[in-house]
Amino acid sequence: MAVDIRVAGARERPKPEVSEELNNLVTPGDVITSDTGYLRGHGTYMDDDKLLASVAGVVERVNKLICVKALRTRYNGEVGDVVIGRILQVGMRRWLVETHSKLNSILMLSSVNLPGGELRRRSEEDEKMMRMYLKEGDLISAEVHSVFADGSLSLHTRSLKYGKLGQGTLVQVSPSLIKRRKTHFHNLPCGVSIILGNNGFVWIYPTAMEKTEKTGGYETDLQPVTSADREAIARLRNCVLALAHHRMLLFDTSILYTYEASQKFSAKYIPKPEVMTEIIEIARGRLEREGT
Amino acid sequence: MVDVLLSDAEKTFIIHGIQDNLRDDGRGCEDYRHMEIETDVVSSTSGSAKVRLANTEILVGVKAELGEPSSGKPDKGRLEFFVDCSANATPEFEGRGGEDLALEISNMLTRAYDCPKCLDLGKLCVIKGQQCWVLYVDILLLECGGNLFDAASVAVKAALYNTCIPTVTVSQDEGHVDIELSDDPFDVQHLDVTSAPCIVTLSKIGHSHVVDASQKEEACCLARLMMGVTEKGTVTALKKEGSGSLDPSSVEEMMETGKRVGQALNKSLMEVLCLEEQKGKKKEKTGFLR
Repeated sequence: MAVDIRVAGARERPKPEVSEELNNLVTPGDVITSDTGYLRGHGTYMDDDKLLASVAGVVERVNKLICVKALRTRYNGEVGDVVIGRILQVGMRRWLVETHSKLNSILMLSSVNLPGGELRRRSEEDEKMMRMYLKEGDLISAEVHSVFADGSLSLHTRSLKYGKLGQGTLVQVSPSLIKRRKTHFHNLPCGVSIILGNNGFVWIYPTAMEKTEKTGGYETDLQPVTSADREAIARLRNCVLALAHHRMLLFDTSILYTYEASQKFSAKYIPKPEVMTEIIEIARGRLEREGT
Repeated sequence: MVDVLLSDAEKTFIIHGIQDNLRDDGRGCEDYRHMEIETDVVSSTSGSAKVRLANTEILVGVKAELGEPSSGKPDKGRLEFFVDCSANATPEFEGRGGEDLALEISNMLTRAYDCPKCLDLGKLCVIKGQQCWVLYVDILLLECGGNLFDAASVAVKAALYNTCIPTVTVSQDEGHVDIELSDDPFDVQHLDVTSAPCIVTLSKIGHSHVVDASQKEEACCLARLMMGVTEKGTVTALKKEGSGSLDPSSVEEMMETGKRVGQALNKSLMEVLCLEEQKGKKKEKTGFLR
């Protein structure tokens, strides 16, 4: 039994280090440049021949194009992104999926792998069985297939690595904290796997729960997870939240370093502010020394 | 309760975790999440407090006003609870969406505080049967992250601890009663909240029960028991909520746990409040900047 209450003011606030990067940080209304030679990108607007930021975030420049990447934002999908979503509704030949974007995404019945392999013929039966495969509340991993004109996404799960997710825990962070990598599926050495969805949803699950080809991943294993795995999942969950709290980018190395730095504490103590700061400092130091 | 959607597998994972006494954030069944508290955050109130329990954020303001005592208790002051569910917390609260929950929380608090020994309301009486201090306790839900009742009760207790009631002098001449408010803003009285209750919610999940359920855990829970517990372990109110049923033996078990946890909660809370008071005016205000 533990009750831990603190005075909010007692917490030490680390002094922000004024570095070069801070020059790139803008708040809404900040003038980015008064030079007219630049192109207006996302997160900016023109006023009096000046380019101003419309969101709080980091300025990014590609040649003549200036964009501001927001720190806290909804997810703006791009084709090919790995996302994690939750089924909200079962509709006509489609599922409505919540992916933390501005509009709900859709998953067409024709863009999922149904049990029975690729050569399976689609019939009307499938349409009637839709709720058997995925029902409201189920979590899926998917890839962005296309982006509609209004910005809503069409997803597909036509690969064995995508599909319904089984036991595990979901953590939600800001989409801008997920670093774009070649792969977003990682099997960590601690016996736990992690999927870093580009939409800021992070799924942590025991590695042993692999999907089989036969069922297309629609049958979930409801056997109890071993307590060692469970402990590792809890620790990893708290580490991801700690990284997000300190606004650090999430990718396999940063997560692994944080996980290793957290080993000297019990998993349940990681959310405490002083423990969190200590772990993040160690991980950050190691990241800077050893690179990516 | 504010519900979240969960898949069956997620629920299974949470339920099995609770059976193993290892929840999805690494806590045991009887652990509270990290809580942060700050008092005296709203300068226009008589007393205020802000509590942040993981993602649950609650702001409480207490306003003391002179009013008439209730007819049943002419020699006592009054305590009025009002809960406002801000639509900032969740879009579900938009319009009248949060009213049921608000009523539930305020009713539970009223019941928990409706115990003669937990707060000395006699001190709030100014003129018997005519004038007394009425404490309007306004609770604002800013963010929902599960376990709203406990967080609200902790915030209320902290705000009451912080409450300053101006000293009044009553002078009587020729049947004419005069109430005079002290000119000195520092001439105030504090309430003794040492034996005020905190609400402890025990959620029955699977075959075990947990305290301080997160939103995900609340989605797996069919029946919960809420109890007002004072520092000494006295249960001032008890309420069962949810669609599920509870076995008498498990109710007993849950009450035992609730008492134990409630005592620890009250103890830690009082320690923190004393600590913050010692810092006095020097302390830095954190407010809403994180």
